[in-house]
This record gives sequence, C-alpha cells and structure tokens, in this order.
Amino acid sequence: MAAKTIISRPIYGTLSPQPGKHHLFIADAEGALAIADMAAKAPSGFFEGAEIVFIPGPDGKYVAALEALKPAQFHTAPSFASLLPRLKQTLTNAHMGLRLYLAGTEGLIGQAMQVALEAGIDHTSMQTEHRGSLARRMQCVHCKGITENVTTQPATCSHCGLLLLVRDHYSRRLAAFQGVCINAEDRSEIPPMEEAFP
Amino acid sequence: MGITFRKETFRDDFTFRNSPEHIRRFPFPFHEDSYMYAVNIEPHVVGPKGSVLENLIDVDEHYVAEMQDRALVLAEDPLRCQSLPHMTLAGWDLLELLMEQQALGYPEHFTLERNGDRWRWINRPLGIDDTFTFGDTSTLPYGPMEYITRQSQGDFCILDQRDGNLWMDAGMVTTQADWSLDFDIGMNFFEWHAPVPLAHEKGIFVRALKFLINIQQGKPARRLNWTMTINPRLDTSPENYHKWGPDRTTVTPENVGDKVHLRVELQSFWRLPRSNGIVFPIRCYLIKMDELVTQPKWARRLHRVIRDLPEELATYKGLTRFRPTLVEWLSKLDDGSPTSSGFGPD
Repeated sequence: MAAKTIISRPIYGTLSPQPGKHHLFIADAEGALAIADMAAKAPSGFFEGAEIVFIPGPDGKYVAALEALKPAQFHTAPSFASLLPRLKQTLTNAHMGLRLYLAGTEGLIGQAMQVALEAGIDHTSMQTEHRGSLARRMQCVHCKGITENVTTQPATCSHCGLLLLVRDHYSRRLAAFQGVCINAEDRSEIPPMEEAFP
Repeated sequence: MGITFRKETFRDDFTFRNSPEHIRRFPFPFHEDSYMYAVNIEPHVVGPKGSVLENLIDVDEHYVAEMQDRALVLAEDPLRCQSLPHMTLAGWDLLELLMEQQALGYPEHFTLERNGDRWRWINRPLGIDDTFTFGDTSTLPYGPMEYITRQSQGDFCILDQRDGNLWMDAGMVTTQADWSLDFDIGMNFFEWHAPVPLAHEKGIFVRALKFLINIQQGKPARRLNWTMTINPRLDTSPENYHKWGPDRTTVTPENVGDKVHLRVELQSFWRLPRSNGIVFPIRCYLIKMDELVTQPKWARRLHRVIRDLPEELATYKGLTRFRPTLVEWLSKLDDGSPTSSGFGPD
C-alpha cells in the first residue's frame, strides 16, 4: 500500500462471514489464502451455500485448498475475461441476500466490483481483501486504453505509448487508476522508471 | 441593444480578446492581497448592471465563438458529454433553467414560447429555431442536457443527490481546468475532489457538501475559483494535456503579457425542481495579463497573490514552470502602495 493516499483510492478490509444464505467468492492467486483464513472463522456449514470462482494464475496453486472447503459450487477460470459471461449471469440471476466476497489483486477486485456495480449491487455491501501483487490496472486519460498489471512508476501506455504518471485517483466505474502523461510539458524529460507496485 | 459577438478562436491562432468593457467586468477573484482555500460560497443573486452578475446565467461577447469551440471538442471526443441513464429527467430540468434564464436576460437574442408541453426555442446568435415536446427526447436532435449545453457558455455538471452525498452522474465538460468527466463520472463529492491538495485536511469539502445538499429551489449559490492558462485555450483537458502542456514552456519575459491568462471559474449551484438534482455550471472567464494590468489595482494585487502562493497550490494549479517569470514581470507594476478591499477595479 502507498503510504500517502487520497480519498478516491479504494481501501480494502479483511473478509469476514456475513449473515445470508448465498455467498459468492471471487478470487485470484493469493486471494485464496484470504478465503481460507476466513473459513477458519466461519460457522459450520457456511460453505454449503457458497460458490467460489477462482483464477489460479500461472503456478496453479491453492486450488486444492479451496476445494477442501467443499463449497456448493467451485469453478476455476484461466482469466478474468473468460470468467465474465458466467459472472454476469450469476449476478443477473442473484436474489436479494447474496453476499459478495472479493479477494486477491486490485485488478481482480476492481473488475469484479465493476460487474457487480453494473448488476446493481452497492459497493459498500461487498467484502474485499487485498492479497498478492500491488500491480495496478490503469486507464490512459489520453487514449482511454486500459493497461493491465502496471508495476512501474511511471508506466508506458500499452496502447498509445505515452509515458504516464500512475495516479492514486481511482474510478470504480472503470475499475482503473488514472494515468496522465508525466512529461507532457517537455517530452525530453524522461524520469527514471521504478518498480513501484510489485 | 444586443451584444456584438466576437469572431475569435481559442486554439491554433488564438485570436480571443476582451473588449475594454469586458475587461472592466472581468470577475477578478481576489478580494485581498493573498489567497488560500475557503468555503467562499455566497447566494447567487443578481449583481450590478454591467457586471458578470447582471444576469444569473451570463451571456457575453464570446458566446458564439465558445459554442463553436465546444462543437469542435465534441466532434473530436464525444466522451466530454456523458449522462448516466437515470439522469435524463435532470437534463430536462437543466434545459428549462437555461432556456428561461437566457430568454429572461437577453430577450433580443433568445425567445422561449411555451404552449403546454409544446415548446419553441429561438436562439438567434446560433440561428436555431426548434419546436419540441418537453419531456420527449425523440423530439430533440440530442439528449436534453447536450442540446441546451451546446448553446450555453460554461461547463455543466449535474449532480444526483442520494445517501447524503452528491454524485457526478452527468456533465458537459469541454472547457475544464484539467479534470476528466469521463474518469470522474459516477463518483461522489469527496471522490472526484480527491486529488485537490490541502483542502481535505482543512475540512473544506465536508462543509461545502453540507451546504450544497441543503440548497433550495430558487435560491442558487455561487463561488469563484481560479487558475492560469497559457494562451486563451478553453480546452485544457487532461485528455489533451500532451498537446497543450508544452505551451507552459513557451513563456518568456517578452511574451508574458500576451500569453499568460488568468482563468476564473464562476461556479454556481442550482437545485433542479423535478429530479431534485443539483446543476453546477462552471463558467470560465479568460483575461490575458496585458488586459488585466490595465487596472492598476488588479496588477498590484495579482503580483502579491502569485508571489506568496503556497508551493502545493502553485504545483496543483500548474504554475511552477512560469511563476518566476510572471512574478518578475508583475513586480514592475507593483509600487507597493496599498490596494482597496474588494474585487472590483478602482
């Protein structure tokens, strides 16, 4: 987490079991550990009404740990994009009282929240826990392209190639931080690129 | 007698100028010789004849040229005008407000005829004569907010009020001081102001929000804000920052008077009757240093304000690169004599 922050920057919490019959968990990579930690505090039978969808990442870790929780439904997906159609249907068909838990990288939490917001779920009702990489999803304010997994400051826009300052200003609607050209006034100024969001 | 509308540009050859009458009516934003944020909100009531407050929605000699510049911006980037689906009713509220106010203040230029829901709107400066059904979007060439704000000077944000907060859910933003509607749309009052330095710590936004959510119909409020812009460019959007940013490196002691502009926003806040939203017009006024210093009091005061501005504010307002050159230039016009209190020229 950045030491100095601003109000639009999301604040994440720690997952905790919520009252309700239906629980939907969306997680990637180390986000699985947040679910496992929460399971230790959950009442017995909690996962009988739970669905876990999980994007394991390249090393394929943690799948067995989540299966061991014996959720009513368990699904793994290779990427968020591949998960999207299923997630949209689940949220469209969801009844009042569905509880949502998002855990893992900021990019995963942000994109899952974006889909849930579009389905009419209030962001303050969602449980979130950040685990794993600090990599950011960034929108270039100039060309509007989204660059995934930004780890450096500044960062190059993967669409238009401008060198961007990755701001803390964050849009839930876009699920992205804002990137603004860092040397717009004098393009010959090239600040060093540092690993800022490992 | 009507307004003589200037033919001028806010880009490329930058032919924008203020007439001598418009220099005197410029809304100079400093009532004393220093500046710090404050909740400087006051009732938006009619002011003296010949001032920008003579009418609550001001139309001036730049009207036609500003509307032409807006059309150019929208042709390049339609995302400058957006309205979330629940905001259409508020758009009709805004259309009514702007048509009424412009027709009231400038009957020689604008006419609104109402026959039940059948309305006829005549805008002579832009050559528009449209008849439509109020509330029926299919009878207008654009949505109601876009239709009327293509014919009204200034940016417009429409805020939805819910959960004790204000949400930026619609807007027409083409003359902004470096913020992006496309990025900020859907945010609440604190979120879209998040990047502003110092003011959060001072509790400015908490108090401002409290004031705004209590605004009543028929009792609008206003405040002034300011920054500086190099060249009379209306579109200083973050979207185009990589195009206009280099202007800031072009200021020299010889061209300060022509290039450096004080940019003042007259922000007003109005409760909308049907939607219970709030519309927030942000009207931008530009004046180049050569024009501003024709009023000696303004020259002395601006020198002191810019010289003593806290560093964070200078950085946030983007003045860092040219501030020393500007202060040096202005210092020659400041003999150290006292300035009278209040905004107006002597």
